[in-house]
Amino acid sequence: MSSHNLDVYMPVLILMAFAIIMVIGALLVGKLIRPSNPTDLKLTPYECGEEPIGSAWSNFNVRFYVIALVFLIFDVEGALMFPVAAVFKKFVEIGEGGAVLASFLLFIVVLSLGVVYCWKKGDLDWVKSYQVSGKKDK
Amino acid sequence: MNSTVVSYLSQAPGYGFLTSKLSEVLGFDATGIVNFLIFFIVTLVMVNIMAAIGGLGTYAERKISADLQMRQGPNRVGPFGILQFLADGVKMILKEDIIPRQADKFMFHLAPFLCLVGVFMTLAVLPFSSGLALTNLNIGVFYLLGVSSLVGVGIFLGGYSSNSKWSMLGGMRGASQIVSYEVPVTLTILSVVLMAGSLSFDVITEAQGGFPHEWFILHNPFTFIGFFVLFIGALAETNRAPFDLPEAESELVSGYHTEYSGMRFGFFALAEYIEVFVVCGVCAALFLGGYKVPFNLGTGDFLVKAFPAIEPMLAKQVGNFLQLGAFVTKTLALYYVVIWIRWTLPRLRVDHLMVLCWKYLTPIALFNLVGCAVWLYAFEGKSIWYLIFKSGAAAAGAHH
Repeated sequence: MSSHNLDVYMPVLILMAFAIIMVIGALLVGKLIRPSNPTDLKLTPYECGEEPIGSAWSNFNVRFYVIALVFLIFDVEGALMFPVAAVFKKFVEIGEGGAVLASFLLFIVVLSLGVVYCWKKGDLDWVKSYQVSGKKDK
Repeated sequence: MNSTVVSYLSQAPGYGFLTSKLSEVLGFDATGIVNFLIFFIVTLVMVNIMAAIGGLGTYAERKISADLQMRQGPNRVGPFGILQFLADGVKMILKEDIIPRQADKFMFHLAPFLCLVGVFMTLAVLPFSSGLALTNLNIGVFYLLGVSSLVGVGIFLGGYSSNSKWSMLGGMRGASQIVSYEVPVTLTILSVVLMAGSLSFDVITEAQGGFPHEWFILHNPFTFIGFFVLFIGALAETNRAPFDLPEAESELVSGYHTEYSGMRFGFFALAEYIEVFVVCGVCAALFLGGYKVPFNLGTGDFLVKAFPAIEPMLAKQVGNFLQLGAFVTKTLALYYVVIWIRWTLPRLRVDHLMVLCWKYLTPIALFNLVGCAVWLYAFEGKSIWYLIFKSGAAAAGAHH
């Protein structure tokens, strides 16, 4: 396959255009035939019949951000490993696999140390980390 | 235009005729136009088929769940209720589109788009057969991981922009769940990439054989565990039960799409069902031999051998249909398992979900990755069956 040929991405663009056209088309067709009589009550956020109090955009628990940060680190490291994984077999075939394997394993060890650190620090416990940091504050 | 479908169809006898005729009429080389047209039509058909599969997914879900709970399920519209999804679709288009007053309107409109576009874009690399994949990117796996993340963004935006507490909780849960499970999924896919030595779905499928013992799932113990890690991660990424916390209907009303109504809600549902199909297809392609058919029937050479007079293109066509059948069978079998799991297992708790991901699946996936790398180096990529056979043969030889 022509690896350096940007033409192969053309189908991707066409597919994207198709998806967008399909969504817009369905919505436009719907707009022509569906009823539209909004009332004040209809447009309030659904809270099981209660009057909604305040906005939903309030402060959110910090543990979601911790998860996001941990994910970011892992995903970047995962992305860095993709090229190595893709060429590793070729190196093994020409008998040079040892050096690549060693560096690959070294990288994974660093990655695992990250897991161990997060684990030890309690960032992976959903509830416990919350309680620990709560106690510290008091 | 260099796509698999086009390069495959360009071998058809009518293609050359059409191109030369069009070139004559237009006065310049029309190959590009013809290729574009072919691709356009194929994509149109594909998108519509996938939308139908998404719709049929909702039907299958209801029918199978009814079967598991000894109910009838939908049985009014069409034979066995199979047209139920069309009726639902019409109903959704006719429903009023309500956008909450306090919502972030732009984001609210954008969220279903991102979900559906993300899912449809993953179709580009799904290898249905050796001739039927919209395009064969050399970084197919990487592309798929990247594009499918759009769905997560869509789910989070849907939850955030609604400005409803249920939606916000669902969106936050969805975002944290999808990003968390991306780590074990990425690491497991990495181990397959390692074994096949390529990021292209085509090469990964071709590295496997038609029989189960030639599939990557039974290649070695590490890939065997890897398949289950990938499958569990895929369930979580598509928000399927037991990982359906973002929409958890018994606690969050409907989660991230609580405020969505009519067709916009329909897009979320459609995206989910198509994504399940795509994810099952990816599992099948990476671990279950994809479109490979036993005895190399997929190439169509057996027909040429049996009937030498047959046109090679026709033989190839037949082979392709067999491959398509193999791929779809494997994918639908996984699809059935996904639905089966949904109606069998109770939902996980949020903390259990995170513990499962970070304390079990991620270390297991890392271990698998190391195992695969060492296996590849130590045994030069030979499968466990080859090693058993060889040691067995050696033992038999020593015995004599």
